[in-house]
Amino acid sequence: MRWLLLAAILWTSPAMATDAASQGQAIFARNCAPCHGPGIGNPGASQKPGTAALAAKYGGILPALLEERRDLTPELVAFFVRNGATVMAPYRKTEISDAELAALGTYLSRNNPKPSGRKIRKTS
Amino acid sequence: MPLPPHLSPQLWQEALTQLRAAVGPDALFTADDDVTLYRDAYSPVWGEAEERQASAAIAPNSTEQVQAVVRIANHFGIPLFPIATGRNLGYGGSASNLSGSVIVDLKRMNRIIEVDDKRHFAIVEPGVSYFDLYRYIQERGLDVWIDVPDPGWGSVMGNALDHGVGHTWSSYRDHFGSHCGLEVVLPDGEVMRTGMGAMTSAKTSGDFRYGFGPYVDGLFAQAGFGIVTRMGIHLMPRPECFLHRRVLAYRRQDIVPLVEVANKLEDAGLIGMPLYESPMFGAQFADKALRDIATAPDVWNGNAIDRYAAEKAMPVWQLGLSFYGPAEVVEAIWRHAQAQFAKAIPGARFETIETLHFPLSPQAEEAALHKVLIGVPNLNIFAIGARSATNPEPADGHLLFSPMVARSGEEVMKAQRLFTEGMREMGADFPMAYGPFTAPFTWMPRIFALTAGLPVSRSDPKVNQRSRETMRRLIELGARHGYGEYRTPPLFQDQVMATYDFNGNALRRFCETLKDAVDPKGIIAPGRGGFWPRAMRKEA
Repeated sequence: MRWLLLAAILWTSPAMATDAASQGQAIFARNCAPCHGPGIGNPGASQKPGTAALAAKYGGILPALLEERRDLTPELVAFFVRNGATVMAPYRKTEISDAELAALGTYLSRNNPKPSGRKIRKTS
Repeated sequence: MPLPPHLSPQLWQEALTQLRAAVGPDALFTADDDVTLYRDAYSPVWGEAEERQASAAIAPNSTEQVQAVVRIANHFGIPLFPIATGRNLGYGGSASNLSGSVIVDLKRMNRIIEVDDKRHFAIVEPGVSYFDLYRYIQERGLDVWIDVPDPGWGSVMGNALDHGVGHTWSSYRDHFGSHCGLEVVLPDGEVMRTGMGAMTSAKTSGDFRYGFGPYVDGLFAQAGFGIVTRMGIHLMPRPECFLHRRVLAYRRQDIVPLVEVANKLEDAGLIGMPLYESPMFGAQFADKALRDIATAPDVWNGNAIDRYAAEKAMPVWQLGLSFYGPAEVVEAIWRHAQAQFAKAIPGARFETIETLHFPLSPQAEEAALHKVLIGVPNLNIFAIGARSATNPEPADGHLLFSPMVARSGEEVMKAQRLFTEGMREMGADFPMAYGPFTAPFTWMPRIFALTAGLPVSRSDPKVNQRSRETMRRLIELGARHGYGEYRTPPLFQDQVMATYDFNGNALRRFCETLKDAVDPKGIIAPGRGGFWPRAMRKEA
């Protein structure tokens, strides 16, 4: 019985986290992956535009694929979704709601051992 | 955020209360952090007094809610600016023509009403993106294709109403041209349907666009005569096979016969969108000798370019040809096309780029080279302008100048020279914009666009000032030579409309007459298309 209880505890918490992460994964696939996913770009481009941009920005210090990052926090994800970056336009709440944004943050920070970050402030 | 013009804070609060009641509290956005998301992300006046800023945004989820919003706006005299997905980037994004407007965000109206893969049409609401419609068709295994613009996140309806364009057959890639029937909420809140939709019992609104009487659909594109809440669009039957082949030409002057043969093939319905490029465009930035040739005053006679092409065995022009249909048919058309090009252009060479058979597996679709040519929505176009190894400090977007140029090689060369020398005289140094290797875009059927992007910045107003000044002078220069803009951000719409000046701007005056009759208070997108209701006109 004790083992069953322990098993229940072990399986319940990850399952709840998995729900948000799996919703976030679907949101990523729908909204982000066309630029930030794996795969080729237009003729002559070996990566999609967002992946190529992050490869150029970090020069291999951080993974170019957002889904492979271990340093992302929900706050950082929310900042870029709502503010955009260079040619990436921001997403409005009718496109990605606050609840969906939270799930996306959970998904993209799932590999981060310290997924809670500081509040990000706009600079422009 | 600014208030709507001429509205007291008290009346504004009263209006907000009514608007909130009409759509629910979660669908009215008044907080600065929310409303700021409706700024034009590529604004060339970012943070300056001229930037168009909304007073609020509202997101109805039905035609009835749109009607309620319009009636409230009419009562209080509040200008509305409808957007579908607001992704008209480079041409204004989601920004209105008039600061203080309430953005009507139609993204939540995202129902796909119908897709018919026997009669080949779809009926969609404004919030349906190209990704959405593509997914819907794929999930159901329907036997139709969509024609997509470069960025697939835009609205099928919104793109058509902005006169947006795509990449397949001429009859599909003019997206407004392929639309069929609208449902519109008029400025007084009444709903109208056009074409066969105007007949209550008809089931053919997606088939026949005219119905009976005047064809009024054009009034709802690039104009503010109503809020479109539903649209039909013709779709292409899924072909058995796609061939992408290429013609290579090695002399500058070859653009003349290249265009003539391609025009004939396309206008006879034998090919899809011709894709003109010059390999020398990119090469000039890797080889100083070629860049020197490109910037020499005598480049326009073509001699130095032709010598370089011969020495390096590098084509001056390449033309991508798309063939859609049964395998044996498209192979036969390709053989015919090769014979025509070989006859017209001595020394022309031919390349096989891609052959695809449909339906594609997901892996084959991902591996497809140029996805927009086969109607697969994507965002790969953002590689242009995004950070990369060769562009380590990217701009924050671009402002698009898109003059319409007659579909001939002579006109292409003439316009290249005009805009290159014009920009040099302006002191505008944008090497990516114009030069002797600028190739025409063929998105819009039967016309070329010699489109150039000017950089914008969210942190450096000087960049924006330079791009704005260049844009205004390019519009003026182009118009003097008959090259009119087909689409432009709100900031330049008055100027562009003024360039359509036949008979004392009779076109604009007619639009003003209609606006005064249909929407005298300027409730729906006043200023959109470069004309205003009487009370807002500058001479008033």
